[in-house]
Amino acid sequence: MADSLQHRAGAPLPLPTAPRGPASFRSRLAVFTRRHKLAPYFLILPALAGIALVLLWPLIQVIIYSFQNYGIQQANGVLPTQWVGFANFTGIFRDPEFWLALRVTVLFALVVVPATLIVGTIVGLMLNRLGKKMSIFVSTAALLAWATPPVSASVLFYWMFDPDGGLVDWALNKMPHWLVGNSNWSQFNWATTNATAAYTMIAILVVWQSFPFIAVTVLAALKTIPGELNEAARVDGASPWRSYWRITFPLIKPIYLVLLLLSVIWDFNIFTQSYIITGGVGNSNEFNLGLYIYDKAFTFPPSFGLGGALALIFVLILLVVTFGYVRSSVKQGALT
Amino acid sequence: MTGTDMTGVGVARRIARGPAGAAIARPVARRARRVKRLKAVSLNAFGVLIALVTLFPIFWMISTAFKPSHEIYSLTPHLLPSHPTWANFSQVISGQVAGGIGGVWLFFRNSLSVAILTVFIASLLALLASVAVARFRFRFRTSFLIMLLIVQMIPGQALIIALFLDARPLNLLGNLTGLVLVYSAQALPVTIWMLRNFVATIPKELEEAAAIDGASGTRIFWRILFPLVAPGLVATSIFAFITAYNEFIVALTFLGQQHSDYTLPIYVQYFFGRGGAQWGPIMAASTMYTIPVVIFFLIVRRRLVGGLVAGAVKG
Repeated sequence: MADSLQHRAGAPLPLPTAPRGPASFRSRLAVFTRRHKLAPYFLILPALAGIALVLLWPLIQVIIYSFQNYGIQQANGVLPTQWVGFANFTGIFRDPEFWLALRVTVLFALVVVPATLIVGTIVGLMLNRLGKKMSIFVSTAALLAWATPPVSASVLFYWMFDPDGGLVDWALNKMPHWLVGNSNWSQFNWATTNATAAYTMIAILVVWQSFPFIAVTVLAALKTIPGELNEAARVDGASPWRSYWRITFPLIKPIYLVLLLLSVIWDFNIFTQSYIITGGVGNSNEFNLGLYIYDKAFTFPPSFGLGGALALIFVLILLVVTFGYVRSSVKQGALT
Repeated sequence: MTGTDMTGVGVARRIARGPAGAAIARPVARRARRVKRLKAVSLNAFGVLIALVTLFPIFWMISTAFKPSHEIYSLTPHLLPSHPTWANFSQVISGQVAGGIGGVWLFFRNSLSVAILTVFIASLLALLASVAVARFRFRFRTSFLIMLLIVQMIPGQALIIALFLDARPLNLLGNLTGLVLVYSAQALPVTIWMLRNFVATIPKELEEAAAIDGASGTRIFWRILFPLVAPGLVATSIFAFITAYNEFIVALTFLGQQHSDYTLPIYVQYFFGRGGAQWGPIMAASTMYTIPVVIFFLIVRRRLVGGLVAGAVKG
């Protein structure tokens, strides 16, 4: 008791009066925690355990599988697991389906990322200039698109683009021919005709769902710019285009970097929308990387080794982008 | 075009300032006012247009859900149902559709229980961890924060193989427990980052004062920190709820053919995937899946925007 009191006296925080009677386990634990400054470790322990078990350990397992011939028999313990070196990787690189899926994924991101950022920026700039009520109305409408669950949104867009009774083909047929090219759009099947048609539809869907986040973030960034700057430029006769690129954009550039990297990561990860719209893992002409991994890992006969190798390639590609994201966050003082 | 208008305003002002220009100032100023009003009107019109285009798909989903089937497949689509009907909804509720795997309330209950449990677990763990990173300086603090930034980027498609194989021997496939565990952990990185920003804004003096008055660490946590960080908890709870309510790939893989444990997204997907193009009932089902989130968002809109921006801009 006296011993613990002495140590307590050296502790950084002022202390409550000593408890009466023999020290309970709880109070001794408290003393131990304080003496060794363990409190933060106890506090992060549960979260860390959860993340380690559900996110970090599976990642390590995926790395292990990618060098093994891990299939359903190995998982059931019927056959022994063997190390196969880089066989899974060379198999993947020789598979034309992989290159097709990679191409679809990269092209999709190349189109959708700029589209989302441009639409989001235009809407954000507009929200900043609208009156208060109007601004709330438009941003609420945009947030509803963002709030729609991806599965609902995918099924809904499939229905709007459906060849039988869908709205889009009907509307395209009503449009003047010089505008929409192809003379007959009725019965045009967006989901199954080819990858370009399917991913055009998915691109519209993804832009619809993700521009609100960009718009709201850009709006919040714009609010931090003092109004006098643009006012002064306006009085001096600068066009809105010029004052955006010379004043607004340089000031909110760090946020654009974060938004750009986040969008790249999100648009690379598209799975739910492509799974539903291209019809699950049945249609290998319309695979993106996510669907290709899922197909290799779970379509019979499942090959967890191949799937693991693919997942690893996927994670490595994303890590490059993530590294940029982490670096820009740290630069902005996110860790302080 | 707008550029010249802008210059017009500037010139008008400059001229109006000089005494010599007083005579010509009036018509120019009037023109400038008119241009300004025109711009305000067109800006608002553009705003309304954006809002309508954005809302249209949601409107179309609800409209289709209320249409009888001959109106759904008619050659010229109509905006509103001419004979609105509840038939699609009653089919979805009674469960005669989607191969009779069950009524929509069952899946609603599954989704809701998974989401609520996820919110509780993730919020509690994230609150503890966020206090640690916002209030203490300790070894591995920076590594922990950077690790969170990195793991939140790892996509579900990359981990699903290992998660599936780990869950199999633990009997976590084909039930909701496995989903709650995975979703809680998945929500943690972002919720910790968001909460950290909230905890950091609470003055440390409050806790120190309570410590001087003899309050224990637990007491300080529950009586002082917790009430002050509650708005932040609302924002992170929304995030965790949405994560669990929308999640697709883990639920798809874990639930397999266990129809009675399907969450709403898996039910809607299953119904859609069975073909037959029963768009009326399918839209009724996805309306019932979507509307609760939409209403929820309308209620918490302000907090959500604040929390999102705090997470995005500072994180």
